[in-house]
Amino acid sequence: MDMQPDKNAPPAALVAAGSGADLTADGYRGFGWIAALGRSTRESIQAVGDFTCFVGSAIGWMLRGPGGRAMRDLMRQMFEMGTLSIPVVMITGAFIGAVLAIEAYPQFAAIGIASRLGSVIVVSVVKQTGPILTAVMLAGRVGGAMTAELGTMKVTEQIDALRAMAADPVRTLVVPRILACVIMTPILTMYSDALGIWGGWLISVGVDGVRNYSFWHYAAAGTDLFTVNVGLIKSLIFGMVIASIACYKGFRCGNGARGVGQACTESFVASFILILLTNFVMAVMLNNFYNWFWPNQPSLL
Amino acid sequence: MGDPNTATRSLSDPIIRFENVHKRFGPLVVLDGMSLDIPRDRTTVILGPSGVGKSVLLKHIVGLLRPDSGKIFFCNQRIDHLGERDLEPFRKRIGFLFQLGALFDSMRVGENVAFPILKQGGKTPDEIRDIVHEKLSVVGMEGSEKKWPADLSGGQKKRVALARAIAMNPEVILYDEPTTGLDPIRSDVINELILKLKEELGVTGVVVTHDMTSAFKVADQIVMLFNGKIVTRGTADEIRHCPDPDVQRFILGRASEEDLRALHRM
Repeated sequence: MDMQPDKNAPPAALVAAGSGADLTADGYRGFGWIAALGRSTRESIQAVGDFTCFVGSAIGWMLRGPGGRAMRDLMRQMFEMGTLSIPVVMITGAFIGAVLAIEAYPQFAAIGIASRLGSVIVVSVVKQTGPILTAVMLAGRVGGAMTAELGTMKVTEQIDALRAMAADPVRTLVVPRILACVIMTPILTMYSDALGIWGGWLISVGVDGVRNYSFWHYAAAGTDLFTVNVGLIKSLIFGMVIASIACYKGFRCGNGARGVGQACTESFVASFILILLTNFVMAVMLNNFYNWFWPNQPSLL
Repeated sequence: MGDPNTATRSLSDPIIRFENVHKRFGPLVVLDGMSLDIPRDRTTVILGPSGVGKSVLLKHIVGLLRPDSGKIFFCNQRIDHLGERDLEPFRKRIGFLFQLGALFDSMRVGENVAFPILKQGGKTPDEIRDIVHEKLSVVGMEGSEKKWPADLSGGQKKRVALARAIAMNPEVILYDEPTTGLDPIRSDVINELILKLKEELGVTGVVVTHDMTSAFKVADQIVMLFNGKIVTRGTADEIRHCPDPDVQRFILGRASEEDLRALHRM
């Protein structure tokens, strides 16, 4: 009797080529890693799509106007995120400004331009370290707490309770948090900038002997409105990134305390990476934009 | 309670209807072709072992979970395929008592009970305060408006959650283990409340419970689930006299021979 080959069976060559014990759903031995790669790629794309829809829904609710308790919730969130973060942001800013002065002074002094330290410190603080350090501090202090709070609400069915009472959880919980973070991050960045400049001034003028007039003269000469705006625009975007990721991770966290803890970790890591990535992209874009509109600007030094 | 004729008549007028509903979480089949009518103005009790899908069934009624296949109707309108915004009018007609209360941690007790009232709108602050006071009094929690949920015991949270579920006088109330964590006297108060809501306000109740005393007291219809399917249904008396040994073991609270053998092997 002739044996008919099974049309659904995997090709013999593929079966022979596979050396591992793993099998795909179709029975292709040794090619499980391809299936795993495909699965993780699909899941990553799904997660990006899900996150985009989540943020889109929050923006949609923002455009439609605030809900009943929105203003009260917004004020509470702004207090918890903003007011309570001021000390830590100021301390961080002051130390970073001081360290910048400590590291830069010997180099500048060696080539005889220590008097121009103010311009480099102020531009570095206002454009880069102020916004980024404020954002990283907020991602840890505020983003983590936000993910933990929303994750706990999900685990204890409070988010389901909102939906069951015909209240949209994104509108009720996410919109005030994103708005508060977007409003407060630039304000906190200004605090950080101010203390960073003060820290740099203290070391430069108080310790290293740079003349007070020189410090402020070159600081003002090197810092135009565009430089200040770059830092503030960045911090607006960082605020949006921190709150969106923190809320998303909270809403999608797994069950139990372990799920909440894991969501907090993922929230911080994702925020941190996205802050750095966004900063890089914006630095390139805004510098090109600046050079396009104001070409042939003099050097800071 | 327990009148077969009443149950039969009401079944012809279901307020909620499940038609061949399937639901699975990964490999776990939770609802396997569930077809069920919840009669209007009556109390239906859902019984079954833990993890059999009773709470999942309740969550399908308010659209917190969607079936993989099958249809769900509320007042003869299909709701399983509706989006969140289209579900809002139906959700406003349903109160849901969650298993662990699900009180909002960031709000005081009074604000929790006032939340659905504020959401619906149309009430002055004084009216809202009066309603909150009245509902908290009904569940024996008067004077606790200023407390935080974190300061309450499990049973107190459950009672405040019940006050919140009844705050808007809904047509249907879904009770997920309403008497769990309460002392026997307080449990009986909750049972009386479920009966009172049905008899005086015509509220349709769907009660998920393991408390057989409560089930027999409040049920017009009892439905027993096992392995994602309905194994038996009937009035309280019919369930009491059901010949199925699994049903008898469940209502009498007896471990199976297999469970006992496993214990003896320890």
